[in-house]
Amino acid sequence: MENVHGTTVAAAHGDEHSFDVKLIWKTFRILLYITVFELILAIGYYKFEHSFSNQLLVKHLLNGVFIILTLAKAFFIVAEFMHLRHEIKNLIMTIAVPALLFLWFIGAFLWDGSSYKNLRNRYDRNHVEQSHQKVEKKEPGHEAEKPGTVE
Amino acid sequence: MAQAVQANKKWWSGGHSPFNVEYGKLMMWYFLMSDAFTFGAFLISYGTIRFSSNGWPDPNEVFRTFPGVQGEMPIPLAFVSLMTFILIMSSVTMVLAVGAGHAHNKKKVMLYMFFTILGGLAFLSCQAWEWTHLHGEGAWWGRNPFMNADGSQSSTNFTNFFFTITGFHGFHVFSGVVINIIMLIKTWRGDFERRGHYLMIEKAGLYWHFVDLVWVFVFTCFYLF
Repeated sequence: MENVHGTTVAAAHGDEHSFDVKLIWKTFRILLYITVFELILAIGYYKFEHSFSNQLLVKHLLNGVFIILTLAKAFFIVAEFMHLRHEIKNLIMTIAVPALLFLWFIGAFLWDGSSYKNLRNRYDRNHVEQSHQKVEKKEPGHEAEKPGTVE
Repeated sequence: MAQAVQANKKWWSGGHSPFNVEYGKLMMWYFLMSDAFTFGAFLISYGTIRFSSNGWPDPNEVFRTFPGVQGEMPIPLAFVSLMTFILIMSSVTMVLAVGAGHAHNKKKVMLYMFFTILGGLAFLSCQAWEWTHLHGEGAWWGRNPFMNADGSQSSTNFTNFFFTITGFHGFHVFSGVVINIIMLIKTWRGDFERRGHYLMIEKAGLYWHFVDLVWVFVFTCFYLF
C-alpha cells in the first residue's frame, strides 16, 4: 500500500498477517507422503520386478510416475516454502518462464543420448558384445580397492 | 501480501516497485535460477550418459546399507529416505524461522535457526557416512565396483556422476549451514532487530529451500530411476 518509497520496509511488513504456520505443516505432510509413496513404489518394484511379464514397460511407467511426483514436490517447495505463490505475478513469471527452458534442455539431451546409443549399437558390434558380457558377481563390501585382489 | 492481491493495480505505471520485493531478495531469486541451471546441466549430462549406455547399476543394489546395521537392510534406500526426511524437516524449521522473523520474535528466530543448522549438520554427517561407506566398498571417482543391473561390467560413469553431483549438492548444504550460522550470530547480536526487519533470514531461507529442492531431483535421479 504505502510502499511508494522504501520497498524494503513495505516488503518486510507487508505479508506479516498472511504468514500461515498451518499451511507450512500441511506442505510438510504433503512432501512427506509423496516421498513415502515414492519409496513404496521403488521398493515394491524391486521386490516384484521378476514377476512382471513386461518388466521394461513397468519400469518406464514407474519412472513417469516418479517424474510427476518429483515435479509435484518441487512445486510445493517453491510455491509454499519459498513463498513464490504469494508473490506478485510479474515476479513469478520472471522465474517460471526461464525455467521452461528445461523442457527443451532435457528433451534434446536425452534424445541425443539415446540416439548415440542406438547408432553405436548398430554400427559397433564389438561394443554390443562387450556391454552384454556378464561378469562374475562380486560381493560388495569385500571389494578391494585394487582390481584383482581377492579377500 | 495483502496489497499484492489487488488485481487491477498498475505495477508498471510508475511509483511502485514493480516486483514488490526488496532488491536483495529479487537477486537471490535470480541467483538461484542460475544455480538451478548449473545443477540442471549436471543432472542432464548424467541423464544423457545414462541414456547412451547399454547398462547401468541398480540403485536398489548399490544403496542398501544403514549405519549400525550389519550387512544389508531388508529394504533398500532406507538411509537415503532418512536423509531426505532430515532435509525436508530442516526446511520446515527454516520457514518457521522466517515466520518468527515476520513477527519480530528474536528468541524464536534463534531457536528455529538453531534447529535448521542442526538439520543441515545431520544431513552432512549422513552424506559423509555414505561417502565413506561407498569408498570402503571401492567406489570413488574413476573406480566402480558395482555391476550393471543385467550383470555386465559397469563403466565408471555411475560413480563419477554420483560423487560429482552429490558432492556439489553437499557443498551447497555446507555453504548453506555456514550462511545460517552467520544469520544466527547476526540475529543474536540484534542486527536485524536494529534494522527493523528480518529480510536477511528470508534470503538465507530461500537459499536453504533451494538446497532442499535440488535434493528432491538428485534423490529421484540417483536413487529412484
